[in-house]
Amino acid sequence: MAAPSRDFTAPTLQLLTPDGELRPTPEAEAYLPLVEALSDETLEQFYRDMLISRRVDVTGANLQRQGQLALWVPSHGQEAAQVGSGRASRPQDHIFPSYREHVVGMIRGLDPVKIMNLLRGVTLGGWDPAENGNFHLYTLVLASQTLHATGYAMGLQFDGDTATGDPDTDAAVLVYFGDGSTSQGDASEALVFASSYRTPQVFFVQNNQWAISVPVSRQSRSPISLRGGGFGMPGIRIDGNDVLVSYAVTRQALEEARAGDGPSFIEAVTYRMGAHTTADDPTKYRTDDEVEYWRQRDPITRYRAWLEARGASAAFFEEAEAEATDVAADVRARLLDATAPPRSAIFEHVYSEPHPLVEAQAAWLEAYENSFEGEGQ
Amino acid sequence: MSVETVPSATATTGTDATADAVRGVQTLSMAKAINAGLREALLADPKVLLMGEDIGPLGGVFRVTEGLHAEFGDKRVLDTPLAESGIVGTAIGLAMRGYRPVVEIQFDGFIFPAFDQITTQLARVHLRSEGTVPMPVVIRVPYGGHIGSIEHHQESPEAYFAHTPGLRVVSPSSPHDAYWMIQEAIASNDPVLFFEPKSRYWPKGPVDQDHPGTPLHASRVVRRGTDATLVGHGAMVATLLQAADIAAGEGRSLEVVDLRSLSPIDYGPIVDSVQRTGRLIVAQEAYGSVSVGSEVAATVAERAFYSLEAPVLRVSAFDTPFPPAALETEYLPSADRVLEAVDRALAY
Ligand SMILES: Cc1ncc(C[n+]2csc(CCOP(=O)(O)OP(=O)(O)O)c2C)c(N)n1
Ligand SMILES: [Mg+2]
Repeated sequence: MAAPSRDFTAPTLQLLTPDGELRPTPEAEAYLPLVEALSDETLEQFYRDMLISRRVDVTGANLQRQGQLALWVPSHGQEAAQVGSGRASRPQDHIFPSYREHVVGMIRGLDPVKIMNLLRGVTLGGWDPAENGNFHLYTLVLASQTLHATGYAMGLQFDGDTATGDPDTDAAVLVYFGDGSTSQGDASEALVFASSYRTPQVFFVQNNQWAISVPVSRQSRSPISLRGGGFGMPGIRIDGNDVLVSYAVTRQALEEARAGDGPSFIEAVTYRMGAHTTADDPTKYRTDDEVEYWRQRDPITRYRAWLEARGASAAFFEEAEAEATDVAADVRARLLDATAPPRSAIFEHVYSEPHPLVEAQAAWLEAYENSFEGEGQ
Repeated sequence: MSVETVPSATATTGTDATADAVRGVQTLSMAKAINAGLREALLADPKVLLMGEDIGPLGGVFRVTEGLHAEFGDKRVLDTPLAESGIVGTAIGLAMRGYRPVVEIQFDGFIFPAFDQITTQLARVHLRSEGTVPMPVVIRVPYGGHIGSIEHHQESPEAYFAHTPGLRVVSPSSPHDAYWMIQEAIASNDPVLFFEPKSRYWPKGPVDQDHPGTPLHASRVVRRGTDATLVGHGAMVATLLQAADIAAGEGRSLEVVDLRSLSPIDYGPIVDSVQRTGRLIVAQEAYGSVSVGSEVAATVAERAFYSLEAPVLRVSAFDTPFPPAALETEYLPSADRVLEAVDRALAY
């Protein structure tokens, strides 16, 4: 009797080679028309998004070193995965991020200062999704947001706000999580619920090779994308450093979701170039060679090469540089203005309706702090 | 009126009709009363959804949702995949979308797979969103012992949730309270853990469907007395009333307070009672250490110190896992164990 195969492989879809040539892999060919339909303006927008977010990322890391942020969570290296998928969403879609999706947030119109305030210790959430491009709050308990996203997508279905046949109003949900997070039970439960209810939803895993210091091989013996099929939905593995394939595959999956064809699972193979957070020391667990390997596959360099070959002007790249520098400086200046919230924020919004214990404690703290007024001057 | 009677569909076609219809007092079991309350909520607000395991055609393992799937269909009464974290996590997403999910956890001991979603997510969404995203989610939990069941089916895990800021925790002790409290819990914009004492599902009592009576988070004196105050919640209230009956036969007058709400706790009636009786015994089916009873004891000691003639005493389950059901009557506080504590308090 032949032993069952223990060989698990999945093709990695790519449109743009690391050298910046548009040369689709066989499985990616069908996606080419989605890219060909994009205007020059949109294609340039992708570049600007990536460049600006990388500058903001450097600003975040610097602010942390200067003691202005408790922590920074770098997105360096993951720009293509995030810009492509984020730009594939439509305004009516809902995005459920983990905590590294600054790039997607900015695309959806979220001010990065709001993200920084979270990492500065000034807020716990900090924005109203309804007023920030339906970009929901960051979630620090790994994979818990996958279930919120699925529930939200169930709600879209129950409301009849999807699958009506009108792509301009039909909504879908895009949820982000990491390779490490795929091991959480919640991720599997979300896939079960999504598949069971055929939710209008795309699961987008950024496999950046590491969960802090633990390599992805500890999380999965097979390509993570294969999980999709196990739960009853397409699972697609893409080159996450190729902004074009990230855009096209997510776009297609979201359109299918909106049309009522059910959820999809995308694994974007990318790399976290920086530390896990500024509190981390990646030299303890990974080699310079590995980092160098991925530096050769940088998402921005490759995309720039392609844009240049297509004839984008030198002036465009200069303007993009200037814009990125301006945005980063502006973010920095405004962050430094952010002040601590009043102490009443400890108590506000814990409940939406009166709660005598919390109210009594708020009153007590106020009286206690006031009792020191005029002392020690 | 028949025990089986629930308000008829024709009498209650919407919020307005519900408000005006006079339905009088019916005699219902707590299970039927909750069923009727859920039905009212489903009728009153199309955003109310029921979610859980086996709550559809079967009507739940305790039949609390019986008939609701047939009446409201599977867009309102959802037999979900078998995953508690998944149920609560998706309920959170639905609440973000404007729904008011009412989740049934099949048994007390199976709430723990959802513990993370309840405590780190559900309890905090409103706070983290700075008040922009309310979380009107109710989690119904059949709980407690005295049903002779197997492991993980007789637990009293309410303290974990009462300990968690952002959650509200209530537990009715009578069919009337259950009928109204479930509706008030669903109407609340905060997450509410709704602990249903399993051993009280079947005894019948009057349910006045026109007059709610006590507000959701108020405690209430359910029996007047002068010698000592007994406080408890859920199934324990019946045990305390039984103890008070026995004591009355022995010439002792015990006051009984039904906590009803475990977060927040309404101390007014308790402190008032202790100021009159000078003695307090707190009873519960849960483990005693770091429990709701501990909290009541500590707070009353702070607020009514000069009224106390004796230390506040606690009567709880032992601090051991729930034993095999054959031992549950020795494990759980009984009227006799309550009276033993009363004797000790009165000996001071
Ligand atoms: C439930 C839970 N366990 C542990 C942590 C601590 N933690 C934060 S990030 C992280 C690694 C996550 O890796 P991955 O999902 O791959 O995302 P990445 O950080 O690589 O983007 C860990 C262990 C957490 N936030 N939540
Ligand atoms: Mg990772």
